[in-house]
Amino acid sequence: MSKDENLKSNNDDTQWPLWEVFTQPREGKPHEHAGSLHAPDAEMALENARDVYARRKEAVNIWVVPSEQIVASKGEDAGPFFDPADDKPYRHPQFYSVPRATKRRS
Amino acid sequence: MEDSTKREAFQERIDKGETIEPKDFMPDRYRQQLIRMMSQHAHSEIVGMLPEGNWITRAPSLRRKLILLSKVQDEAGHGLYLYSATETLGASRQEVIDDLLNGRAKYSSIFNYPTLSWADVAVIGWLVDGAAIINQTMLARSSYGPYARAMVRICKEESFHKKQGYEMVAKMAEGTPEQQEMIQDAVNRWWWPTLMMFGPHDDDSPNSAELIKWGVKSKTNDELRQSFVDRHVQEAHTVGLEIPDPDLEYNEETGHWNFGEIDWDEFWKVVKGNGPMNRERLNARRKAHEEGEWVREAAEEYARKRKLRQEKVS
Repeated sequence: MSKDENLKSNNDDTQWPLWEVFTQPREGKPHEHAGSLHAPDAEMALENARDVYARRKEAVNIWVVPSEQIVASKGEDAGPFFDPADDKPYRHPQFYSVPRATKRRS
Repeated sequence: MEDSTKREAFQERIDKGETIEPKDFMPDRYRQQLIRMMSQHAHSEIVGMLPEGNWITRAPSLRRKLILLSKVQDEAGHGLYLYSATETLGASRQEVIDDLLNGRAKYSSIFNYPTLSWADVAVIGWLVDGAAIINQTMLARSSYGPYARAMVRICKEESFHKKQGYEMVAKMAEGTPEQQEMIQDAVNRWWWPTLMMFGPHDDDSPNSAELIKWGVKSKTNDELRQSFVDRHVQEAHTVGLEIPDPDLEYNEETGHWNFGEIDWDEFWKVVKGNGPMNRERLNARRKAHEEGEWVREAAEEYARKRKLRQEKVS
């Protein structure tokens, strides 16, 4: 039942650019990746993002970013890429011991 | 050839319960199996709009119409979450959709049954979405990050789908004799096809073991089916409906409901494309795609003109 030739709109319709969608769940909260979608331009990407990812007030603000513009670190390189932070425990407050008295609040 | 140490490291990550992300190494077959499974899942959401969409214009009240519209819109959204998650594996959206329209891809067989009365809308929400929740709750713990995250989102929305259905089932079950008859008839027609949604028995399910090994699934088809039966038999009895299975019996020893054998001939017939509505569903999808062409063209033209205008201004 090969109907490829009948579906003229199939292969010649464009696959619009892909956008990554980030939603801010509440004011004061950071934006979080929600998913992606295709849209012909940024404004329509925003409108589609609202309809796809915020039908139940999941967002008070939305960012859309062209997917190809995102540069990510590689998962498999996570070890060497992040290891400069491995031997710097002095960057955490737990590294320090201070006299008890300063903990008291008056 | 894939590096065998890489594959071992991959399996180790899975066994430790780590999440696999799009850019991580994964065996080709893991990728292929996920593309197959996730795109089928996406298609099911999209085709799943049709049986219920059939009743939107004939909803018995404005309240029910709003609910149904909103539910069908959710299914479209679920399809989109899943298509977008499938694309993270390198599948092209257009190819995946072409596969559906050209009849090469599968989708859940349940949507190849007709919706003959309004009561079917109630029963689909209760049974079909109830079955989907059981399956999707498991998949929300799947080893592939984008799939699991899409499932979490879907499960939250799906619980409204099931609850609105069960509410309607309960209402009709305590309604007029005609309503009671209608709802029982719908249960009789949808019960067995819903049980088939979980797929073949474990012994006949070639993909299951592999998907479990890879942490994509954590329960077998038969296990999922059993939890569906246990939950829904109780819910049926609560509202005084009968389950159309003479072999249904509570097993004191196991704490589960024993149930009769599924008609596997019917299952395979529908899977292979010869169910009552297979052709109609595909035709409806093709028609929608073709008739939506002007919308896509208009959107593109609108974007082009807006860009031109902006260039003129600056």
